[in-house]
Amino acid sequence: MKYGVDEQGYYGDFGGAYIPEMLYPNIEELRQQYLAITTDASFINEFNQLMRDYVGRPSPLYFAKRTSELYGANIYFKREDLNHTGSHKINNAIGQILLAQRLGKTRIIAETGAGQHGVATATVCALKNIECVVYMGEVDIERQAPNVARMKMLGATVIPATSGSKTLKDATNEAMRDWINNPEDTHYIIGSVVGPFPYPEMVARFQSIISEETRKQLLEQTGSELPDYAVACVGGGSNAMGMFYHFLDDESVKLVAVEAAGKGIDSGLSAATSVLGKEGVLHGSRTILMQTDDGQVVEPYSISAGLDYPGIGPQHAHLHKIKRAEYVSITDDEAMEAGLECSRLEGIIPAIETAHALAQLKKMKFKGDETVVVCLSGRGDKDLTTYINHFGF
Amino acid sequence: MPSNFLLLTSTQSMNRLNQLFSTRKENLLSIYYTAGFPELNATVNIAEALEKAGADFLEIGFPYSDPLADGPTIQHSSQTALENGMNLNVLFEQLKDLRKRVSIPVLLMGYFNPVVQYGVEKFCKKAVEVGADGVIIPDLPMYEYESLYKQYFLENNLSNIFLVTPQTSEERIRKIDNLSQSFIYLLSSSSITGKNLEVSENVERYFERIQNLKLKNPTVIGFGISSHAAFSKACIYANAAIVGSAFVKMLASEKDYLNKIPAFIDRIKNEGVIV
Repeated sequence: MKYGVDEQGYYGDFGGAYIPEMLYPNIEELRQQYLAITTDASFINEFNQLMRDYVGRPSPLYFAKRTSELYGANIYFKREDLNHTGSHKINNAIGQILLAQRLGKTRIIAETGAGQHGVATATVCALKNIECVVYMGEVDIERQAPNVARMKMLGATVIPATSGSKTLKDATNEAMRDWINNPEDTHYIIGSVVGPFPYPEMVARFQSIISEETRKQLLEQTGSELPDYAVACVGGGSNAMGMFYHFLDDESVKLVAVEAAGKGIDSGLSAATSVLGKEGVLHGSRTILMQTDDGQVVEPYSISAGLDYPGIGPQHAHLHKIKRAEYVSITDDEAMEAGLECSRLEGIIPAIETAHALAQLKKMKFKGDETVVVCLSGRGDKDLTTYINHFGF
Repeated sequence: MPSNFLLLTSTQSMNRLNQLFSTRKENLLSIYYTAGFPELNATVNIAEALEKAGADFLEIGFPYSDPLADGPTIQHSSQTALENGMNLNVLFEQLKDLRKRVSIPVLLMGYFNPVVQYGVEKFCKKAVEVGADGVIIPDLPMYEYESLYKQYFLENNLSNIFLVTPQTSEERIRKIDNLSQSFIYLLSSSSITGKNLEVSENVERYFERIQNLKLKNPTVIGFGISSHAAFSKACIYANAAIVGSAFVKMLASEKDYLNKIPAFIDRIKNEGVIV
């Protein structure tokens, strides 16, 4: 695959495994085994069975009629919001728990920002009766109380990350520290296409079910496997990578990745990594990240807790650099309006992360007959308080 | 005369670290501390006091916002140092006078991203210019070092130090031994917080395994060394031992930290009692 990863874990200039020696055995074990395990028939059968019976896949590809009329294109929503636990995060969590089991691991750790990945991980750990520890920034624990309660109800231990800025990047640091301290019995389920190789590739493969299904569904519904545009929001970038994966080599498909501009690119309160970031090393991979001139990681901001990550996955950094995908950004206000619009037009309340992707439709110029697929990555139940506060319902 | 030229550079490559390890092979003590902590301008004063007190070489940490391989003590010192205004530019400025005041070998230690932003080549040049002899960058692994950055270190005769853990395979240790120019840093455990070496089990077997490999490079043991007993135990198996967190803790808790340094070093080296 032209845009894929090389043997050492690089996508062009990005990727690799910038990890301390303490993590080397863990990463090496994964690197040597993940392909053999995940391409084995027993793995594939169990993965497919759980995807169908437990997650509820395939997720529908829904022709959004009123949205299409409004914007003058044929707009389809890939309904990841209808998955069990409410977002695409479960695809990766299922894949990694099956992998962890086959690696003989008896303890799972994860990081979470908004809590969606933490909930997905706690869910699959309950399903498989494996101990689950989720690291979550102290600040996020306060902001996302319902998801904290869900994780606890599912039997997970939630440990507050109290270092640094006490948010997602610090939760990731804490999870990595835990893994260093527990290298033998523990598997770390990273929630996005970030981290040292093979994580970005592994997570992208588990999420690639999104575009795999989309191709089939588009063929059934439109007579062509290929859309003109595939649009998705990007924090670390896992739903976007899942949506882009099987379209990467079809150059006619324009890939649009939507970042969170927060209060505006120049406001100092933003998470638009592709605009504000520079090349560097974050959480084990060479990528683009938001940082000071001295190389200290900058705390990003977005109204959506799932998008305020200071980096993007290394494959995104590569697709951005070689311009295979277009990286754009949407402000808090634009996203909130798009979330409301989608609710009123389609009867679907999207996650605020997803609303960023939807808001991009307004900015695109269509000729009238193009096919557009938007990854509807998550549902908005978790965001009701934020919507209520914003609109004053 | 290319061959003469090569000979000359190889003698030049005896930096202070190589000299130290070629003349003294036992019971060497290295101290780690974070630059700019507890006060921004303490960096060189602490180095000078450590040399006077009997430390044999030093590791000066440059702080990073996301030190994922460090325990709480060093995380805290990094954060404070950043708040104090420490960064690589400030550090190199402070170290301008280092070699007027300090003669023991000095290594710089920190994470890779600040180095990438400074420029890896420029960083290597500048480090040697201010008198550093080596660097320890925990998140710059062997493959990336060898394939992308090695030339800058070699050109400047700056030693890059690799870490070895109890889980590192013999094959990998051999590779590390071949790539190393000064010493190999043995982590006493895979744990960040550093289990106390005195009470740590099975650690002897790991150290003996390393000893039996008969490596070309000297070895230095770090993590979990905070007492004379732990220091002595480490020095049975390696040429030197590193004290980090325990020293940083002392800096954090003593207002008069410069004057407490001799007693601290004495306690580690000779089981002296702190008064």
